[in-house]
Amino acid sequence: MKNNKSKFSKYLVSGVAALALAAGAAGSASAAENGKFRVGIVTFLSGPAAGPFGVPSANAAKVLVDELNKGNLPAPYDKVGINGLEIEAVVIDEAGGATKQVEEYRNLVQRQKVDAVIGYVSSGDCLAIAPVAEELKTFTIAYDCGTPRLFADNPDAAYMFRTGLDASVDNIGAVRYLAATRPDVTRLAGIQQNYSWGQDSWADFTAAASALMPEAEVVEEQFPKIYQGQYGAEISALSVKRPEVVHSSFWGGDMEALVLQANARGLLEDATGLLTCGEASFATYKDQAPNGMIIGARGPFGQFAPDNELNTWFEGVYQNAYDLEPVYPATKMAQAILGLKYAAENAGVGDKEIASAEQLAAAMKGATFESVSGTVEMARANGHQAMQGITYGEYHYEDGVASIKNAVSFAGECVTPPEGVAAADWIADGFPGAQCN
Amino acid sequence: MTSLLAVLIDGSIYASWLFLVAAGLTVIYGVMRILNMAHGSFYAIGAYSAASLVGWYFNNGMGPAWVSYLLLVGAALVAGLIVGVIVERGLLRLMYGRDEILMVIITYALLLILEDGMKIVWGVSPYFAYQPYSELGRTSLGLLKVSNYDVALVGVSALLGLGLWAWLERTNQGKVLRAVIHDREIAVAMGVNVKLMFTITFVLGTTLGALAGALTAPAISVVPGIGIEVIVLAFAVVVIGGLGSIGGAAVGALLVGLSRAAAVHYAPEFELFVIYGVMSLVLAFRPEGLFGRTLVRKI
Repeated sequence: MKNNKSKFSKYLVSGVAALALAAGAAGSASAAENGKFRVGIVTFLSGPAAGPFGVPSANAAKVLVDELNKGNLPAPYDKVGINGLEIEAVVIDEAGGATKQVEEYRNLVQRQKVDAVIGYVSSGDCLAIAPVAEELKTFTIAYDCGTPRLFADNPDAAYMFRTGLDASVDNIGAVRYLAATRPDVTRLAGIQQNYSWGQDSWADFTAAASALMPEAEVVEEQFPKIYQGQYGAEISALSVKRPEVVHSSFWGGDMEALVLQANARGLLEDATGLLTCGEASFATYKDQAPNGMIIGARGPFGQFAPDNELNTWFEGVYQNAYDLEPVYPATKMAQAILGLKYAAENAGVGDKEIASAEQLAAAMKGATFESVSGTVEMARANGHQAMQGITYGEYHYEDGVASIKNAVSFAGECVTPPEGVAAADWIADGFPGAQCN
Repeated sequence: MTSLLAVLIDGSIYASWLFLVAAGLTVIYGVMRILNMAHGSFYAIGAYSAASLVGWYFNNGMGPAWVSYLLLVGAALVAGLIVGVIVERGLLRLMYGRDEILMVIITYALLLILEDGMKIVWGVSPYFAYQPYSELGRTSLGLLKVSNYDVALVGVSALLGLGLWAWLERTNQGKVLRAVIHDREIAVAMGVNVKLMFTITFVLGTTLGALAGALTAPAISVVPGIGIEVIVLAFAVVVIGGLGSIGGAAVGALLVGLSRAAAVHYAPEFELFVIYGVMSLVLAFRPEGLFGRTLVRKI
């Protein structure tokens, strides 16, 4: 828990940051008219997903756009703005559901005349936007949503890209971590939010566990309503089944409440918690979470990002701006912006020229670019989906300092289905072709 | 056997929380005939106030843990009192006598305003006040470990229910209030200051909502939207018990709490359905709720 005074000032900074970004939306001149590279940034600025995902992402976008416009990034991103043009960010709130987001997207493209769109935490929003991006022929990067259906449902996508990993990778990685660090575990349980994210995560996790840890059995599974906040009965139901590991894909306030309540009632002492989105609350757990709780960051992001020059620089400017370490949604937003910059500057257009959506897509397709999370290969879904490794580790809090211990990374080829193979089939077949060494 | 014990314990704890949340809602409806959609916001304001105060207390190493329990209650009382008086005097007083549906719309608008107001004041990041929850420790009952804070909440809820009942049934002010509930016009004719009774009732209801939020805050992450989730459950409980009935809210909370706990332990796939299943079943046989009165509409 933060000092309230400093916390309030952080909110002020966040609010000002969001307002400053939103100010970009005030004008409606096209990019060609004002000579700027205009990019739509869509993430949650209100609602329960704003705190854990949206605000860190918007803050990351704000600081990165500012620094890009000053030309302050390390190579290979040291060119001012995007291709020498100042970046103008138009920030949109993702709250309100898929129908509203489709309207907002059309507005961004047709009225705000953005050159590209980066956004979407919600899988439902991603799925709704993908066909519209194709219809409007607009270069779009999904930076966070995890649904494997994004390209399964849109196999011929030309303009839609995703620089984050899909949810199957999270759960395959989680099982691989368990198999590597706790091979003797035989009793698994799970608690998931009762919507597609939770159900799909649990299905992938249990299927992967059947393949990689055949001795393990599922002793209990719970699917409470999203945003329920109170998990007394669910914690009891899990406790009486004496699991050794409790897996959860909870996020945000639900995840923090679950950890708080389960820890106070001893469930997380008797069993090891495994939170696939756990890193997003790394700074807020303090001593509420037990040492040894396994957390993930949905890829090599946040606390699990590597010590490369770009990430060190990004952590520095983010911390200077907000007095906080960037959590994984912030890193993922930074990755998407760097991906866009890479595509725009490798699209074969002249200096200070704006590439068309087709040129951006051609440059991004199958690309390999450097990012805050290391090297990103757009190696799946016909070159539209990023493939990277994933890391899990244990949360520890000692002497007032939180840290990650026993982190284990798995290569992208170890946790990502081969091109054209559905995750469920790959898991069921026993991960043929996986390269884990 | 362990599961049955768990159902009883979990059901009672959840019921006590539901009653805390629903009590203010039903008191306001019983006296003022206002379906107060903004009740969820009062709950959230109580939670934020308590989390801020308790967070400040522990962050500054102020002293013993027991003080934090007083701070929880104190934050709720102050927040409930201030918000209640402002809303009743500044908004609702101008609207009395309007149609009940219009009052629903007005309080819904208030809910939206307060939700945004809370974001301006507290931002969108989570607040925690977990120390009061963890400080009380837990009790082991075989495989089951129960939070002592949750058990204490059952006692607080029972005391609150008894207190409300005693106030309404055993005090002069309660009798006057019942007279207002029974017939507002006759009460006015008999010299009752109905406007004052409305203010007292609304502030009481607001404070109960804020108290529910404050007492819940230590067990949750206080984030935007918590009030919206709560209001749906609170409405389900008061509709089952009968709008305006304290006893009904208690029985409704118990029914929902025990049914939900049983579903979680024995048929988790029905957990989402069970609350509304119970409500549908009750309304099918008693459309006015278990303890609701059938009112004759005055023309």
